[in-house]
Amino acid sequence: MKILVCISHVPDTTSKINFTNDNTEFDKNGVQFVINPNDEFGLTRAMWFKEKQGASVDVINVGGAETEPTLRKALAIGADAAIRINTNPKDGHQVAIELANVVKENGYDLVIAGRESIDYNGGMVPGMLAEILGANFVANCIGLEVEGDKATAVREMDGGKETVETSLPLVIGGQKGLVEEKDLKIPNMRGIMMARQKPLNVVEPSNPEIFTDSVKFEKPEPKGEITLVDADNVGRLVELLHNEAKVI
Amino acid sequence: MSVLVYTESDKGTFKKIALETASYAKTVADQLGTTVTAVTINADDTSVLKNYGVNKVLKVSNKDLDTFNAQRYADVITQACNKEGTKVVILSSSADSKYLAPILSVKLNAGYASNVVDAPSSLEPFTVKRTAFTNKAFNFSKIESDVKIVGVSKNSYGLYENSVELTEEDFSPSIPESGVHQKSINKSSDKVSIADAEIVVSGGRGLKGPENWGMIEELAEVLGAATACSKPVSDLGWRPHSEHVGQTGKPVASNLYIAIGISGAIQHLAGINASKVKVVINNDPEAPFFKAADYGIVGDAFEVVPKLIEKLKEFKAQNA
Repeated sequence: MKILVCISHVPDTTSKINFTNDNTEFDKNGVQFVINPNDEFGLTRAMWFKEKQGASVDVINVGGAETEPTLRKALAIGADAAIRINTNPKDGHQVAIELANVVKENGYDLVIAGRESIDYNGGMVPGMLAEILGANFVANCIGLEVEGDKATAVREMDGGKETVETSLPLVIGGQKGLVEEKDLKIPNMRGIMMARQKPLNVVEPSNPEIFTDSVKFEKPEPKGEITLVDADNVGRLVELLHNEAKVI
Repeated sequence: MSVLVYTESDKGTFKKIALETASYAKTVADQLGTTVTAVTINADDTSVLKNYGVNKVLKVSNKDLDTFNAQRYADVITQACNKEGTKVVILSSSADSKYLAPILSVKLNAGYASNVVDAPSSLEPFTVKRTAFTNKAFNFSKIESDVKIVGVSKNSYGLYENSVELTEEDFSPSIPESGVHQKSINKSSDKVSIADAEIVVSGGRGLKGPENWGMIEELAEVLGAATACSKPVSDLGWRPHSEHVGQTGKPVASNLYIAIGISGAIQHLAGINASKVKVVINNDPEAPFFKAADYGIVGDAFEVVPKLIEKLKEFKAQNA
């Protein structure tokens, strides 16, 4: 089984979010970039398929050269090869088309993407990619088994979960549950050394038509002061939630 | 060329988000000087939609659609759009709509903006305000394709009653084969789900153990709320992962979020930022949650929560 894991290069959760160039661009100054957390679960699950079922695992990112350390980290975790599509994409549709080109050319059976990236949170790339490829698609995937060309997947839904049967080629939007957080793979020294020798191929983009584009960013209004209620006067909280906040 | 809205239902009855997306669609239709057409799938009575500005319903009744299937549902909506010559499609931000929207986007060759929190700020170019960076910022995005899809965030727009005349038309699209087949479903029917809840009561490690969750459940019951938990609690197995709220868990966009014994790690706050009013109860006055909340009580949860339950019961009795 040939697996491709899509890796988003995103600001670490604890990063301060600021904008520059008249609020039109994200200010990367001093920001630490990491593998998107939802993609980490997918990458670890892919490693499981590699170890248990002999799958090959490539990782891919659509981005500029600055994303290469993130791809190298994925190689250090155990991926066999990395691909970087050399463009700074403007929307999910563009990313999906660029990824689809690579999938078609290389014939991957299973594509694992995160359910969403933690920067734009669009959650659109996996579904678009599947539809462009004519592949099956499972969103919010929290469990995946593959036997031959048959797959059983579990997806989280509002108020429960659903188990589905499907087949390869398959794209999933994965998240925590694919593996548990305690099982996430961390690069060790040997992995880091080996990653240096592994191929990181740069592919030029096809530059499809852009459907959506960012105009500007805005930060939320600063939050007002908290209203503290005395622990001995809990009734006051009920009163405030009813009369002031009007939520009960 | 009406605005088309997909109004979600469950067992024949519209979900509240269906009425919110209809309200949003009406606003967009007014901006564009057109009408609203809703697509309903196996909904029993569609008359409520006229109260929220829907002029026409394309009513789809087909038992092959009893179970949600993203591919099939996207195909139904695509055929409805083609029939109506739709240029703007409005969807909700439920798990189902977020599942089908990207598929629909490719089928219609349409730009899709998800997590939209306000009516379009401009029609030329068509520009919408979305949340970004896990609710730490907003992004204004323009959709430049001919057909546009907008995914409205839950509780961001609200319900607006706006009575209009409603016509209903049976619509029988062709239903394609799907490569994804439901094997089983595990849905908790007796509890309010986090996604649907107006109020969420959430517990953290400060509750010391799963045996103490009774008071969280009781508080949730009094408020008609869903129960949730922080990441360490689900990692410890005290509560199921489906209740884990945060960056790698479920996002919450409720009207009221009550955090009990949760210190407020940045990953947790990222998951609840979209909630309107936040209350924290914690015995550590230095807990970061006190900086993010609107109301707070510094105190022992085991003393405060039972008192709060009692006061809420009194309040409910007086306001029944």
